[in-house]
Amino acid sequence: MDFTLTANQQAVAYLVSAVLFIFALKGLTHPATARRGNFLGMIGMALAIAATLLGAEVTSYGLIALAVLLGAPIGVFVAMRIKMTAMPQLVAALHSFVGMAAVLVAIGTFLNRRAAGTLDAVLMGEISAGIVIGAITFTGSVIAFAKLQGIMSGAPIKFPGQHALNAAIAVATLLLAVHFAMTGSLWSLILMTLLAFVLGGTLIIPIGGADMPVIISMLNSYSGWAAAATGFTLHNNLLIIVGALVGFSGAILSYIMCRAMNRSIINVVFGGFGTGEGGESSAGAQAAEKGVKSASVEDAVYWMEDAGKVIVIPGYGMAVAQAQHALKELMELLEARGVEVKFAIHPVAGRMPGHMNVLLAEADIPYEHVLEMDEINPEFASTDVALVVGANDVVNPAAKTDKSSPIYGMPILEAGKARQVYFLKRSMRPGYSGVDNLLFYQENTSLVFGDAKDTIEGMVNVLKGGGH
Amino acid sequence: MSETLLALYVFVLACFIGYYVIWGVTPSLHTPLVALTNAISGIVVVGALLVAGLAEAGPVATGMGFVAVLIASINAFGGFLVTHRMLSMFKKKKK
Repeated sequence: MDFTLTANQQAVAYLVSAVLFIFALKGLTHPATARRGNFLGMIGMALAIAATLLGAEVTSYGLIALAVLLGAPIGVFVAMRIKMTAMPQLVAALHSFVGMAAVLVAIGTFLNRRAAGTLDAVLMGEISAGIVIGAITFTGSVIAFAKLQGIMSGAPIKFPGQHALNAAIAVATLLLAVHFAMTGSLWSLILMTLLAFVLGGTLIIPIGGADMPVIISMLNSYSGWAAAATGFTLHNNLLIIVGALVGFSGAILSYIMCRAMNRSIINVVFGGFGTGEGGESSAGAQAAEKGVKSASVEDAVYWMEDAGKVIVIPGYGMAVAQAQHALKELMELLEARGVEVKFAIHPVAGRMPGHMNVLLAEADIPYEHVLEMDEINPEFASTDVALVVGANDVVNPAAKTDKSSPIYGMPILEAGKARQVYFLKRSMRPGYSGVDNLLFYQENTSLVFGDAKDTIEGMVNVLKGGGH
Repeated sequence: MSETLLALYVFVLACFIGYYVIWGVTPSLHTPLVALTNAISGIVVVGALLVAGLAEAGPVATGMGFVAVLIASINAFGGFLVTHRMLSMFKKKKK
C-alpha cells in the first residue's frame, strides 16, 4: 500500500476514536440517546481499525483480511440470532474472547520483540500483566458461560483449603511473572500462562448462580483491565483509555450489584452464597405449606381488573418462563380498563445487570412504565395489587426484619405494602438464597401455582372473556 | 518522563473519566452497557492487527495474531450489533 499514516497522524486518529468511545458510553445516560451513542462507538472502532491498518507497522494484510472475513460474519450471525434471555451467556462468551485475544496479543508481542531483540524488563512485566489478566478473564468467563448455559451446575463448588489453594496459585503466578520479567525465560512464561488459566477457573467456581450479576460485572471489568494491560504492552494509548473505561464500568456495576444485595465484593467472591442451608430451609418450606394461601387465576384477575394500580415485579423466573410477552398483553388489557400498570425492577433481578429491563423492552413494554427500586418503593403503599412474577428474595421482608437471616440488610422491593400480593410460583421452593420468604405468610398474600407464562396467559383469557 | 510513566498518566486520567461517565448511565440500560463495553473492548483488535500484520513475524506469532484478530472481530462486530438490537427495543409509549 502506498498510502501510509505517520505515527502522529495515527495518534490523532486514535484520540478521536477514544473521544467517540467516551461519547458512546455517555449516550447510555438515557434510552433516547443510547442508539446514537452505539453508532458513535461503531465509528470509533472503524476509525481505530483503519488507522492501525494504514500505519507503518502493519505491512502484511492477507491473514488479517481472512481473519476478519471469518470473524465478522460469525459475530453478526450470533448477534442477530441470540435470544434476549440468553444475553448473559453471550456476554460471558464475548468476555472470554477479549481475555483470550489479550493473551494471544501479549505472547505474540513477546515473540516478535524477542526476534527483534527489543525486550526489556518493563516490557516483559507489562506482557505478564496482559497474559495473567487476560487468562483469568478467559477461563473465568468460560466457567460463567457454562454455569449460565446449564452445562455446569450453578451451585457453588467448594472444598476445604480452597482459598489457600487460590492464594498459592496466585503467589506462584506472581513469582513466575517476576522471574519472566527478569530473565525472559520462555518456560516461566508458559507456566505462568497455564497457572493464570487455572486461577481464572478456581476463582469463579465457588461463586453461586444467584451472584451471576456480580460475576458478569466483574468479568466485564477484568476484560477492560486486560485491554488496558495490552495497551501498556504496545504503548498504545487508545487501548489504555478504552481499557480503563471498560474496567471502571465493570467495577462500578459490580459495586452497584453488591450494594443491592448488601454484601461486600469480598463476601461475594469468597462467600459461595445460595445453597448451604438446604436442610433448614426445606423444613421451613414444609411448615410453610400449611400457612400459605393459594389462589386461582380468577381470584387474582378479580382483584386486578378493578384495581387503581398494579405493580408487576419480575424476576429470573419470568425469563425462564419467557413470560414477558404475556405480561405485555396483560398490561394492555388492564390499562384498557383504566388500571395503572407499572413494573418494579430490583437491581439484581435476573442473571446480569439490567436483565429484566431488556426482556420487558423486548416485549414492547414502554420504558416509562419500568421503574427502579428507589423510584417505585414509595408507591407500594398506594398500590392495590403487587404481582410477583418469578421473583422471590428481592421482596422478602426478612431482609428488613430478621437479623439472623442471611439476606438481612439487603434492600428490597416493598411489595408487602400493597393491599394484595400475588406470587406466581412453580412450587414452594425458596429463592436462590435458600431463605424462606416471610411474605408468603402475610395476611394479604396469595400464591398462584403454575408456570408463570401459563398463569399470565390464563389471566389474559379471563380478562378477554370479560367475566369470571 | 518514560514512555511507561506517560502511559500510566493516560491510564489514571482515563479511569477518572470512566468513573464519572459510568455513574451517569441509567440502570435500565445496564445490560446494553455491558454489551457495549464488551464491544469496545474488542479494541484489542488493534493489538491483534499489530501482531498479525508484522511481515517479519515468525509463524507462531503470526498464528496467534491471526486467531486474536478473528476472535476480537467476532467481539467487535457481534458486540455492537447486539447492543444495537437491544437498544432498538427500548421504546417510548406509543401515542
